[in-house]
Amino acid sequence: MLAALFDNPAAMIMLVGALVGIASTLVGTFLVLRGNSMLSDAIGHAIVFGIVIVWLVTHQQSGPLQILGAALTGLLTVVLTELLVSTRRVKQDAAIGLVFPVLFSIGVLLLNLYARDVHIDTHTVLLGEIGFVWLDTVTLGEYRVPQALLSMGAMTLLNAAFVGCFFKELKLATFDEGLARALGLAPGLLFHGLLLLTSGTAVAAFDAVGAVLFVAFVIVPPATAYLLTDRLWLMFVYGILVSILSSISGYVLAVAWDVSIGGMMAVMTGAFLLVAFLAGPRYGVVAQWFRRRGQRRLNEIRTLAVHLYNHEGSPEQHEENVTRALREHLLWDDAKARRVVARSREQALIERNGEALHLTPGGRELAREILEPGRRATDGQG
Amino acid sequence: MASLLSLLNDYTLQNVMAGAALLGLISGVLGCFAVLRRQSLLGDTMSHAALPGVCLGFIIAGGRHMGSILTGALVTGALAALTMLLLTRLSRLKTDAALGIALSVFFALGVVLLTHIQGMNNASQGGLDAFLFGQAAATLRADVWIMAGITAIALALVAVLWKEFKLVTFDAEFAASLGLPVVWLEALLTMMVALAVVVGLQMVGVVLMAAMIIAPAVAARQWSRRLEGMVTLAALIGMAGGVLGALLSALSRGLATGPLIILSVSAVVLLSIALAPGRGLAWEALRLWRGRRRLRQQQVLTTLYGLAARHEDPVFRSEQGLIDSYHGLRTRTALRKLERRGLVEWGEAPPGEPGPSRRWLLTPAGRAEAERVLASLYEEGA
Repeated sequence: MLAALFDNPAAMIMLVGALVGIASTLVGTFLVLRGNSMLSDAIGHAIVFGIVIVWLVTHQQSGPLQILGAALTGLLTVVLTELLVSTRRVKQDAAIGLVFPVLFSIGVLLLNLYARDVHIDTHTVLLGEIGFVWLDTVTLGEYRVPQALLSMGAMTLLNAAFVGCFFKELKLATFDEGLARALGLAPGLLFHGLLLLTSGTAVAAFDAVGAVLFVAFVIVPPATAYLLTDRLWLMFVYGILVSILSSISGYVLAVAWDVSIGGMMAVMTGAFLLVAFLAGPRYGVVAQWFRRRGQRRLNEIRTLAVHLYNHEGSPEQHEENVTRALREHLLWDDAKARRVVARSREQALIERNGEALHLTPGGRELAREILEPGRRATDGQG
Repeated sequence: MASLLSLLNDYTLQNVMAGAALLGLISGVLGCFAVLRRQSLLGDTMSHAALPGVCLGFIIAGGRHMGSILTGALVTGALAALTMLLLTRLSRLKTDAALGIALSVFFALGVVLLTHIQGMNNASQGGLDAFLFGQAAATLRADVWIMAGITAIALALVAVLWKEFKLVTFDAEFAASLGLPVVWLEALLTMMVALAVVVGLQMVGVVLMAAMIIAPAVAARQWSRRLEGMVTLAALIGMAGGVLGALLSALSRGLATGPLIILSVSAVVLLSIALAPGRGLAWEALRLWRGRRRLRQQQVLTTLYGLAARHEDPVFRSEQGLIDSYHGLRTRTALRKLERRGLVEWGEAPPGEPGPSRRWLLTPAGRAEAERVLASLYEEGA
């Protein structure tokens, strides 16, 4: 049964895609929360330099040592960026944009010079080829297991172990760095460890999805989750769910349309983000719109109640407390006035008597509460 | 030299150099505004987002027509900027995440379209890949004219709206209070980054465009405090870097032009940060060293003064070893400096005293200086 699974290219591709997404989400959640998302872009590009260097030194293209070596250059990018910022001549965003193109350029030139016939041609660098992961297999026991599945699986476990072991510490360092430092947690070290794992994930994911699509997996699922929840552990759950769903739907659509699988998976993460952005229960655009509309309606009803209350029992009551007067005094057009009156009546705040509008006891109470907040309803007039 | 001259007559190289110079010019000028407005990475996002536009332009025109491809790039680049804006305005996502999302999802869409085009088996699809990494050598004379046209439009806009752009860049609130259409001006500045990206696509490709926007501006910023100077210098640095990169690439057959351009410009950045007068790191180090030397002299001087006061002998002669014991050695250079300034003397010890025969004593000028230093210290402390 297991052998059948390993021999099924479609399952392998989706599995590798999901693993890339899960591993990326585990580290990406903290990057997104800390406001360092673009570091993943820098790392994703700069590891090209690392991969070439490691290849030049060892002439091996895969294995844990290569992942670690190339991952270190990802960390180098971050350190160089920090160094540049610490000179106080360059802002952080500009520093990121200066460092990674330099490393990427050197990487491309080294490829030009020494490694023309390596499989890391410049095309793979950006696009990756997840469709072929099942071709490159190693024999494990009696099974032939795709190499990418092993490296991505290992990276996912490593990231999960890191996040699991340091969950409290990472949480504190992300949301209150000052407190974390005061408690002796070394948030800087923790963060660099996280970035090293990010770089490692980038290297491991490199063959499958390439540098830029890796960025999509790091940033988009956590960002989607961030639009859906305020709880950190739920962010992981949602992010991982989005990764898995993107991987499956991306594969299906890519096969149907005969386009890049990795690309389609990344596009699907964007589609899920769009859904969360529009339809998220609390922070979604639609929810916000409904909330704002509810607030506006409430304000209208309260305005009407106060208006009626102010003129209640006064000589001009029969002129003011009629629907007609709302146009001149509250600058509402007829349609709006009718709508507000209808809604107020529905909520039993006012009664209508021919043209005249009267507050119900409930409406009167509402108006008083607005005009004199803090007075208890039971105090009465005295 | 002769080979260089013959090289300069090379038709292809002429095109490449002209294109590189134009790219340096437009990205230098527009990059200044982007960097000052903390939008350095916007160029990165927009250049990645240009890829689906390139593909759409190709699909719509049915071939590799520069005009439609560049229009497509401009449109999707602008759409990415709009996406980023909407995400930050209407959701809780921060700028970095919004940039990363727009960058990766648009790029993924580009990859999907690219594979779709490859599936169409269109003979003229070759060369689309060039937009990923840039393929300077493929620059035609017609392309140069298009690039020149775009550059001219951008420069004309900057010239006409110079005051407005300047105001929006440095004090958007003040600009708004003057009744300037700030939103439109900011949108225009953002759009113009897309213009620069479009010019750079052919030359350096999507990945390296980020550095082309940032590097000349950051380098120029070190040399000039005024926007006029910064923009002019950035244009010159960008052009010089472009031409140098193109020449290096021509001299060393087979090395990609884009990376060489980026490395040339980045080298200028490094030099500028290190050496720029007033702002450079070398100058700061020099200032620091001078300050420290001055402080040490003052310390030695006041020590001598204190010793003299304690012994109630204005011409008290102190042994070298005694002074060293106060300051932890290495006071000799400070004392020599003080001697040259006429503040101390290297005088004979009083006859009959044990110890070294020559000692340090304050001159009247040295006493006055020491009193002045102590008085200013006392004032600061008060």
